[in-house]
Amino acid sequence: MKYAYFPGCSAESTARDMHQSTLAVAQSLGIQLVEPKGWTCCGATAGHQTDRVLSVALPAATLAKVKDAGLDLIVNCAACYNRMKVANHEIATNQQVRAKVAEAMGRDYDGSVKIRHFLEVLLEDVGIDAITAALRGSLAGMKVASYYGCLLVRPNEVTGFDDPENPTSLDRLVAAMGGTALDWPHKVECCGGGLSMSRTDVVVHLTNSIVGMARAAGAECIVVSCPMCQINLDMRQLDIAKVTGNHHDMPVLYITQLLGLCLGIPAPQLGLNKLMISPDRVVRAVVNAA
Amino acid sequence: MAITISKNKSARSITQRVRELTGVDLGACYQCKRCTSGCPVSGLAKCPPSEVMRRLHLDLGDELLNSDILWVCVSCETCSTRCPMGIDVAAVMDALRRIALERGAAKGEGNVPLFNQAFLKTVQVFGRTYDLAMIAGYKLGSRKLMADTEKFPTMLAKRKIALLPPTGADRRTVRRIFKKTRANKATDQ
Repeated sequence: MKYAYFPGCSAESTARDMHQSTLAVAQSLGIQLVEPKGWTCCGATAGHQTDRVLSVALPAATLAKVKDAGLDLIVNCAACYNRMKVANHEIATNQQVRAKVAEAMGRDYDGSVKIRHFLEVLLEDVGIDAITAALRGSLAGMKVASYYGCLLVRPNEVTGFDDPENPTSLDRLVAAMGGTALDWPHKVECCGGGLSMSRTDVVVHLTNSIVGMARAAGAECIVVSCPMCQINLDMRQLDIAKVTGNHHDMPVLYITQLLGLCLGIPAPQLGLNKLMISPDRVVRAVVNAA
Repeated sequence: MAITISKNKSARSITQRVRELTGVDLGACYQCKRCTSGCPVSGLAKCPPSEVMRRLHLDLGDELLNSDILWVCVSCETCSTRCPMGIDVAAVMDALRRIALERGAAKGEGNVPLFNQAFLKTVQVFGRTYDLAMIAGYKLGSRKLMADTEKFPTMLAKRKIALLPPTGADRRTVRRIFKKTRANKATDQ
């Protein structure tokens, strides 16, 4: 299995752990990832709040490079995934946008590169059976709250990812790893995304509600697959404690970190030391069969 | 919901401009308020999304561009997903933000436009985001110098913030995109 792989800007800063654990899991499962040379930023929320053509041309610049390589593109960051899918959609359905984007980047791109989230590749291409066969450890009934956030599932007619109101992709992986996937109501609530710095108060309000709900549901950890969700739910627990007095002490792991542990990959290779809320309890609870 | 209509409307209708920018059929909204019910920040804003839609129906003036919802909206797209009429409310919000930027409307608490600008500036220069420069640009501009400083040592120790700027991006194409979109914008108005 060979794919183009877009790490996204946060893979080089706040989400090195997501990048690291993705590479480790991919290697362990025999998935070959190739970074498109010269990949550039997708523009994120700042792009689409500022200018429509800019917000499509920025992701299209990378997509055009992938088109030349003729591979499907794996995107691991939910925000990049969303922007790239929207760009493909806009270019494929709006001739005017396509022309303006072509003029902006100096070449035409038709919106045809297939974009997949790493989760989709795990579930659809590798498959639960093959993953289960590769496991070297188990979550041994650990209660896990799967958190999807916004940008994987919305707008669903564009991303086509799972169910927009009750997605189960992460839950299915948690169950395969021997964990208890909790049925809880905040799976697709918003963490505040890009407002983390400009409106920290809003993000504290939203994440307190999400982490608090996971705790009330009995979660021992939250599992995510987006770097914005991870840093907001993890790092902002320090601010939640200051502002509200709630010490949630809830580890927030990337699905690739949790899966990596169960595949028997050593914790340092999964970047687990980078989390702000210590995941030690989770690491210790994984029962190693090997 | 009481809506006050001010007399000093801009010469160019905001409602018309939103239609041009989004292609959304604003008339399809029948005020069921599902967007507002699901909106994670409607409780924090004086003017929730359903009221934005109503104000657009009434073709209100520039006060719409000063609504607090514009810059507290988290672009989570729950409104668009749940609208029974399939209205892309999130696209309407994006259009309103762009018009607000064009017309120099209020930037709201936290100055999100400044954050966006600082973010995009690093992309324009390096081809990828450079957190340190973005944070510096935003902090200096918004005078939020002390915010989050207590986390910096831990984040640096954990290498969660890159010290050096990103390398390896195709900077030429990105610079071209910024230059061309800026030039297009100037001719649009």
